[in-house]
Amino acid sequence: MQERPELKLSGALDLAPALESHKVKVPEHCGHYIDGALRLGKPETYFSNLNPSTGMPLGTVAAADEEEVDQAVKAARAAFPGWSGLSGLERGKYLFRIARRMQERERDLAVVETIDNGKPIRETRDIDVPLAAGHFFYYAGWADKLEYASGGKPVRPLGVAGQIVPWNFPILMLAWKLAPALATGNTCVIKPAETTPLSAMLLAEILDEVGLPKGVVNIVNGPGTTGAAIVNHPDIDKISFTGSTPVGRMIMKSIAGSGKKATMELGGKSANIVFADAALDQAVEGVVTGIFMNQGHVCCAGSRLLVEESIKDEFLARLKRRILTLKIGDPLDKNTDIGAINSPKQFATVQRYIKLGVEEGGTLWQGAACDAPDEGFWVLPTLLTDVHPSDTVVREEIFGPVLSVLTFRTPDEAVQKANNSEYGLAAGVWSEKTSKLFSVAHRLNAGVIWVNGYNMFDPASPFGGMRHSGFGREGGVAGLWPYMEVVR
Amino acid sequence: MTTYHPSMARAWRAARVDNAMVQSRTARVRTRSIKTTTKDHLLRLALSMVDLTTLEGQDTPDKVRSLVVKAKRPFIEMPELPSCAAVCVYPAMVPYAREALDTHFQERRVGLASVATGFPSGQIPLNLKVAETRFAVEHGATEVDMVIDRGAFLSGDDERVFNEIVTIKDACGAARLKVIFETGELGTLDNVAAVSRLAIAAGADFIKTSTGKISPAATLPVTLVMLEAIREHYLATGHMVGMKPAGGIRDAKLALHNLVLVAETLGSDWMTNEWFRFGASSLANDLLFQLARRDDGGKHYVSPRRFSVE
Repeated sequence: MQERPELKLSGALDLAPALESHKVKVPEHCGHYIDGALRLGKPETYFSNLNPSTGMPLGTVAAADEEEVDQAVKAARAAFPGWSGLSGLERGKYLFRIARRMQERERDLAVVETIDNGKPIRETRDIDVPLAAGHFFYYAGWADKLEYASGGKPVRPLGVAGQIVPWNFPILMLAWKLAPALATGNTCVIKPAETTPLSAMLLAEILDEVGLPKGVVNIVNGPGTTGAAIVNHPDIDKISFTGSTPVGRMIMKSIAGSGKKATMELGGKSANIVFADAALDQAVEGVVTGIFMNQGHVCCAGSRLLVEESIKDEFLARLKRRILTLKIGDPLDKNTDIGAINSPKQFATVQRYIKLGVEEGGTLWQGAACDAPDEGFWVLPTLLTDVHPSDTVVREEIFGPVLSVLTFRTPDEAVQKANNSEYGLAAGVWSEKTSKLFSVAHRLNAGVIWVNGYNMFDPASPFGGMRHSGFGREGGVAGLWPYMEVVR
Repeated sequence: MTTYHPSMARAWRAARVDNAMVQSRTARVRTRSIKTTTKDHLLRLALSMVDLTTLEGQDTPDKVRSLVVKAKRPFIEMPELPSCAAVCVYPAMVPYAREALDTHFQERRVGLASVATGFPSGQIPLNLKVAETRFAVEHGATEVDMVIDRGAFLSGDDERVFNEIVTIKDACGAARLKVIFETGELGTLDNVAAVSRLAIAAGADFIKTSTGKISPAATLPVTLVMLEAIREHYLATGHMVGMKPAGGIRDAKLALHNLVLVAETLGSDWMTNEWFRFGASSLANDLLFQLARRDDGGKHYVSPRRFSVE
């Protein structure tokens, strides 16, 4: 029998390094931004921040203790009457200015974010930063129209919002949380993730540059203990958290009975369902975007591929061919598709899951257009086939570039398997048959459903989950509701 | 000869394309940053893939001769640059082009492509299309660029389009056949996907986007859909088909992004002028402009007047 023809894809195009040339000054130390002033923080709390693509230290970060968090909350409380007393039009102008300034400094933000997080400059430049500015633009427009978001009833802000953001989209998550909170008249105490404090420091500069009244936004750095100090502070009215489900659960326990309102955007194990009648080459593109964008460090990552059994082999062959064109390496190279895993800890987690997947009977395949660098933390795009709905790698969130592949035969089976998860953040459905798309999409239990697309974000579109993926929405008109209440 | 069967047409027409994700894929290719050694390499490769074209009512034998010299030795100051792949002319100009090709720089091999079958509209009877093709080949064309009958395709008469290609392929003899779809008149990427499969089944050696007379012409989404059809055919049969985007590729940057798309869709086997061509007239000079600028070390402004205009 003749050997099957195959394409010579890996290495077909040897792209010379195209490093982002924009130079930025990376702050050597990240302290806190409280009451409109930068503070160094307490020296005994300093810890170091690594560049994930080299493993080398970037500088130090201070961890805010209860006393510093208290000062931040007091500053926010003191700023609240003034800020909430401004007309919506005036608040909108500030948001608009922040958005414009973010656009003007987009290269600074993109480069810093890439250095700190490890994600490719292509993504920070084309996705994270423009989208972050987009959220401020979007909510700038809402600030003087809030009654239109509440059915015509008068509304008021909640007060001081405590906000905790993750390391996977640092500047974007800051924008997701700050923009609607500020538009509705709240003041904020926000904590960046401990491994990605840099873009928040740039944001503090931007807030200064646009003359935001002091105390309206306070940024405190630090690990989980700082987050706990925010959550447990008695003068916080609202907690907004994006991060893992176990931490979200802890937060909900600690605020139970306190009267604090909450929004939780937690983990996911989202299904990407590909029917045999999909446009397969384009579905491949969606699957790649779904799981390999940001090295799979995406809460809504399409980490479970459900592919119709009759096309499984063909579809996986197409998917592998596409993966063999993805460049892994220096995140500051404009041609890099797959950057570095954010931290040694996350690297160990991903490796542990891959090992577990194989131990539980899965078949491992990894590929890319080139080898990963020697230094830093890297995981090649990974497929796990021959896995089953009961396997750990199908049930638990890995938060890495690891795709678990399952099959189904009928739409009913696809829906059943997609919904067979504790999570419910997102899902994708691929078919060229519209009636099938609609019937399947409406039966999926997830907060976000993409039809013939994946990981498509827009400030006007609400985002959020159900079940263990959390509650409350960010983005769109629904993103305003968790930050305001109707005046009775 | 290949024969048509209605079940074939059903399969071609069932090809599925999703517009939005095609756009997103090609937008991503446009962000590829091509620098230093890669740029040097790809600029030369692109130059070697140009079918240097003149298809005007004002074409004269002299103009065609100049075109031939330019194709053979694109830039006198950089003799080490490769020749273009071919010149592409109207059938009436084929004898002059043949003579010039055989006279100048005989050590450099450049193909001779002739458009045929009532280019650009295809609105002449089949017997005249065959006669035109035979004329071109008999006078020395090594490649024939035919246009399909878009009216027949859009009306659903796949059999007619198929049989015309088979007939012209037969008339070509040893000459390689490029089949032009005029994708700007087909309206949808689904149609592009279907006609690509049709033409490949009928025996096209190359599939080509456009005549250059209609806009839009060779857009990246159209090229991607055609490359995917070529890929599907190759993986199923092991038989390679060439690709020629034509019309609208005027600058080097877009040409290089086309090459990225080829490398990432079909791999290294297609990265040669045997399997990939650009149909263009002004592209060659922009490639030369970039090459000359890099040759100068990028320090000086290079006047466009340093390059001949054909």
